Amino acid sequence: MLVSRKQAPSLKRQLWVAFLVVPPIVFMSLFVVYPILSAFAYAFYDWQGLARGEFVGLKNFKEVLFGATMAPVVWNAFLHNVYALVALMIIQNGGGFLLAWLLYKEPFGFRFHRIAVFVPVVLSTIIVGFLWKLFLNPNFGIINQALYSLGLDSWAKPWLGDSSTALGALILANAWHFVGFPTLVYLAGMQRIPSEIIEAARLDGTNEWQLLKNIVWPLVAPSTTILFTLLFIGAFNWFEIPYVMVGLDGSPFGTTDVLGLVFYRTAFGNQSASIQNFGMGSALATLLFLFIVVFASMLTLWLRRREIQF
Amino acid sequence: MTALTSQAPASRQPISFALLAQVILIANSFIMLYPVVVMVLSAFKTTGEIFEHPFALPDFTQVGNFAKVLGETAMPTYFVNSILVTGTSVLLILVLGTMAGYAVARYESRTNTFILLFFLAGLMLPLKLAVIPLFILLRDLGLLDSRWSLIVTYTAIGLPSAVFIMAGFLRTLPSELEDAARIDGASEPRIMWSVMLPLARPPMAIAAIQNAVPIWNDFFFPLVFIQTDARKTLPQGLTTFMGEYTTDWGMLFAGLTIAAAPITLLYIALSRQFIQGMTAGAVK
Repeated sequence: MLVSRKQAPSLKRQLWVAFLVVPPIVFMSLFVVYPILSAFAYAFYDWQGLARGEFVGLKNFKEVLFGATMAPVVWNAFLHNVYALVALMIIQNGGGFLLAWLLYKEPFGFRFHRIAVFVPVVLSTIIVGFLWKLFLNPNFGIINQALYSLGLDSWAKPWLGDSSTALGALILANAWHFVGFPTLVYLAGMQRIPSEIIEAARLDGTNEWQLLKNIVWPLVAPSTTILFTLLFIGAFNWFEIPYVMVGLDGSPFGTTDVLGLVFYRTAFGNQSASIQNFGMGSALATLLFLFIVVFASMLTLWLRRREIQF
Repeated sequence: MTALTSQAPASRQPISFALLAQVILIANSFIMLYPVVVMVLSAFKTTGEIFEHPFALPDFTQVGNFAKVLGETAMPTYFVNSILVTGTSVLLILVLGTMAGYAVARYESRTNTFILLFFLAGLMLPLKLAVIPLFILLRDLGLLDSRWSLIVTYTAIGLPSAVFIMAGFLRTLPSELEDAARIDGASEPRIMWSVMLPLARPPMAIAAIQNAVPIWNDFFFPLVFIQTDARKTLPQGLTTFMGEYTTDWGMLFAGLTIAAAPITLLYIALSRQFIQGMTAGAVK
């Protein structure tokens, strides 16, 4: 070996390495680090449109959390994010786990089912949102049309116009869109379990439910950690599905309002109230950011503790 | 022993359970695919036919809706914009990601840990929440309302994962390859370009798909950055289109079908690579 890696690198080599690392780092600093640091700073200023006004300390934060006009909207939206998170944990991630277990046994048609479950995942959320908006149309949507043709006329509803069903409809549309993702991540996790473990359990006469609960579920803990953390981040950034299906105001009557919509309305305005407030928007973004970082790390640490090495 | 273990799972599986599993899987695949099928079928119908016979098969020679979408709307423009934005972003992500990943993986340096931590932070911070300062920065750079506003944003979002995918792979290549080329007098750039990178096509494909799909589908950043209709990408253009033809359901379904077609067909052709690429971040 003429050139050992231990040898002190020549100037030429150092320049070459710098040439490789400097552009990506400069790019990241300009378009990620700088905006994120500024986002915190902006929240402490008063804004007139796009122009930064004077330093106002915690005023924007107080307004977002306790102000008479902002706070009720924010807390109402926060609650809907929590509902969506809990419901999607059960339907999307739980459903994905069960589907993965059925696929794991590689039954007849395994390859087809595996490809089918992932089809909606590759579609744009905008397409998914519009598609379900048309399907849920009170008069001509296929959901109500199907109910009419089955003679279940009394079940038909204006799903997205009814306060009691609108949020649920958005959650189900989201679950339809993404259930394939946890399914295939869990499937990959299950395929990594050494098959001797599952066979040994079967030989011991473990039934299906015990096998799933006591063996498979604990052994796919690493998949659970990442899926639950991603869902947590996704649920509190929820924006596209509500935007497309119920509009910027979270209609009807704010029953589908979520923090993503509140943030967009506050920062960039909407038709009904064209005021934009970058200070308040930044305060909301900062709070949401801190909330996500703190809880997502706690969730990750807590879920990591359940993971078993094998 | 082998006979026993290979028999055990099958004999433990009651027939009724396998049947139930099959029923659930078929029902699920039906729920996943039927809405897409209805979308495509409705695109061949007139609005009247959709309202009266929503579940009937259409006359497939009736392609008027498609002709109208492609000939009379801005959909082809949105399409070209999406291709330009996605293509350029993925190219930039691969180039910059490979540069940083290669440096970290192939040269020992005290700054490597720092560089990896730097990109790790970028991987975990949702840039969506920094959209206000990004908006102001892009305005100051004169990039607002241009395709470059989207390209730089997507590159910044996608770069960290590409660095990790590339570094993770390049690290596994044996150093004998480099050393042999060095003995032959090859320069460092030549070693990277002609010896190492030709071996790194599989991780590049994964990084490309992992980023291309969310970029192609993104709606949030165009919504904030782009105003001019001629620069809109497909998802944002679709909202304009859907607003223009609200009552013409035949057109709406044709628009949705045309917007969904390229990525769906590509997925069906390359399902293994798509699944591998899109779950790469969550599957170790």
